[in-house]
Amino acid sequence: MRWLLIKDLQILRRSPLIVALLIVYPVALGVLIGFALSADNSKPRVAFLNEIPETEQLQIGSGGSGEIDPAQAREQLCSRVECVDVDSRAEAEQKVTDGDVIAALILPPDLLDKLRSLASLNPQEPKVEVLVNQDDPVKASLVDDRIQALITEANLLLSQRISDEAANYLDLLIKGGEFSLPVVGSFDVLGLQQAGRILHAVGGQLPRGSPAREAVARVTRFADLARQNLDFALPLLGAVAEPISVDKQVVAGNTSELDTFAIAVAAAVTLMFVTVLLVAGSLALEREENAFARITRGLVGTTGLLVEKLLLGIVASIAVTLLLLAALTPLVSIDWGRAPLILAAIVVGGAAFAAFGAAIGALTREVRASSLLAFMISLPIAFLSLVPSGTVSGGVFDVIRVVRALFPFDPALDALQGALDSAGPDVVTALVHLLAVAVAYAVISRVALRRFA
Amino acid sequence: MSGHERDGAAAIEARGLSKSFDGRAALRDVSFTARAGELLAVIGPNGAGKTTLLSILAGIRGADAGTLSVPGEVGWVPQGAALYRRLTVAENLRLFARLERVADVEGGVERMLEQARLAERRDDQVATLSGGNQQRVNIAIGLLSEPAVLLLDEPSTGLDPRQRARLWEFVLDLAGAGTTVIYSTHHLHEAERYGSRLLVLADGERVFDGTSAELHAAVGGGEHDFESAFVAFLRERGH
Ligand SMILES: Nc1ncnc2c1ncn2[C@@H]1O[C@H](COP(=O)(O)OP(=O)(O)OP(=O)(O)O)[C@@H](O)[C@H]1O
Ligand SMILES: [Mg+2]
Repeated sequence: MRWLLIKDLQILRRSPLIVALLIVYPVALGVLIGFALSADNSKPRVAFLNEIPETEQLQIGSGGSGEIDPAQAREQLCSRVECVDVDSRAEAEQKVTDGDVIAALILPPDLLDKLRSLASLNPQEPKVEVLVNQDDPVKASLVDDRIQALITEANLLLSQRISDEAANYLDLLIKGGEFSLPVVGSFDVLGLQQAGRILHAVGGQLPRGSPAREAVARVTRFADLARQNLDFALPLLGAVAEPISVDKQVVAGNTSELDTFAIAVAAAVTLMFVTVLLVAGSLALEREENAFARITRGLVGTTGLLVEKLLLGIVASIAVTLLLLAALTPLVSIDWGRAPLILAAIVVGGAAFAAFGAAIGALTREVRASSLLAFMISLPIAFLSLVPSGTVSGGVFDVIRVVRALFPFDPALDALQGALDSAGPDVVTALVHLLAVAVAYAVISRVALRRFA
Repeated sequence: MSGHERDGAAAIEARGLSKSFDGRAALRDVSFTARAGELLAVIGPNGAGKTTLLSILAGIRGADAGTLSVPGEVGWVPQGAALYRRLTVAENLRLFARLERVADVEGGVERMLEQARLAERRDDQVATLSGGNQQRVNIAIGLLSEPAVLLLDEPSTGLDPRQRARLWEFVLDLAGAGTTVIYSTHHLHEAERYGSRLLVLADGERVFDGTSAELHAAVGGGEHDFESAFVAFLRERGH
């Protein structure tokens, strides 16, 4: 069996064009599919123009908590989108028109003035400007959503600051204290509590039954009522500032990084095409070269030949997938500390794809037909496995799930993803699934090989 | 060839072999015996069952009915080259020598390269060889295990007359050394000239077993060449 394996590798070495195609094509396809899938989820590029004078700071109310730093706001924005700093509105427009960025966010020079006015008696509406390129409607709406989310967040922050400030005013009104105004200067505010107490004392000194005493008592009651109710108003203001807080938790679906998903897809697609095509072709070649009867007549039986082809597929799987991962290492982050798991996923995944390839080779019995069939089956199955739940109706998705489970691609993708990232799917489950699929296709191949010669 | 010197004992004996594919009979109740050093020619029209018979003798297919006794090693050369075209001549020989568990692999390879007169082409890929040379490698592989019985399925197909002459020279040497050779052919003069006995199959049935002279006699000896005698024979039997 060892000699057959060496023979197959020798034949491959003598067919550099086929080997090149067999490797380059699946790798290219795998990487393209992987990154096409994750590209949509990558950070969109947005031009950022800050026209606010640098020295200016936004201060709403008094004290350190009232400060809003524009630089910090920019940082927040740029953690969600890739910011491209521009120096002028014209440059921003140009970049959007050229498609270099998909949107531009412009903070006008008077933004802070207008924001400040919100806490004054003469509020003006602050505005930011967004330029969008509608050439790519999908991306444009994506950016719309993101910017909208950012603005909402900014609004929440501002309303919280403003309500804090309002609360300070209310507090002053209730408890009294020092208050300063820019022009007038600082003065003392009495406060409702204090006013109530004074009125109470004054009322006590007035003669019983006098109309003045009755009037003072009414004012005292109002002051008490107002104080009590304003006390309730304080938490209410806080609630208005952030009516609904979101606590986001992912309960199902893949939580692994997009990078990892892209690599797993690239690796699974590569693994699939290389292994399925190679094993199917190599098995069919035994028949085309007329050698099948001759070798199975010797000490290598039909089962032995099948095992040899599976080994060939596994060897090729390891070589090509490791090559791919090594090539991707400079571009993306791969946790090589998980190498044993990655290797396990490749070996068991390779075995399943090899068995699947052997079944195709044994059933078609011709190199060309087997290659064609391998493509015709593999590609749709791979795409089917990438259909996210929720994009099709439940019944259809159930059918898709069953079909996926019958082919090695889906469990191989799970195994690779789980091996690459601890947050990915469970590796053991995926490996067991792969083994079951491998055994099933090996049995199909063995039965088909009975009619091979 | 190293020692398969035998007396006239049966090297291979088949009794009542039958085989059908999907209910269609390819071989019906065929019996024959071949002795050591005998050259048995199997002839008959296309689809007569020649390949089926030889592959049953080679152990590639099982017969549906009948018994087969083959004392010793059987070498098999299939119809059409069964070789890896991307491997060199020597690599093909070495691979099959290993698969057949030949004791001295390199010795066996050298011996066959010598016998098949392919020593200079040893490192050439089989794909670059002429059809005749490919057929020689094909036959050499069948001889690697030094079999007592050699089965050749249409060995001369595609060979030019000179190559064909060389092939038969080689085969006659083998038979002279005691190897039993059973071959099928559509070149009737090869059956007539080299076959010590003829087995004629038609529609899976053995319709004749004897020498070429006996076949001539069976059609009254009126036909002046063997080919005409053979066609007349088949026509008489309704084939
Ligand atoms: N693998 C197979 N499956 C189905 N039928 C087969 C198979 N092999 C042979 N046959 C049938 O058995 C019959 C005998 O075929 P066989 O190949 O033995 O003929 P042959 O005498 O060798 O013919 P040829 O001179 O063309 O080589 C034919 O009818 C053929 O179609
Ligand atoms: Mg034939």
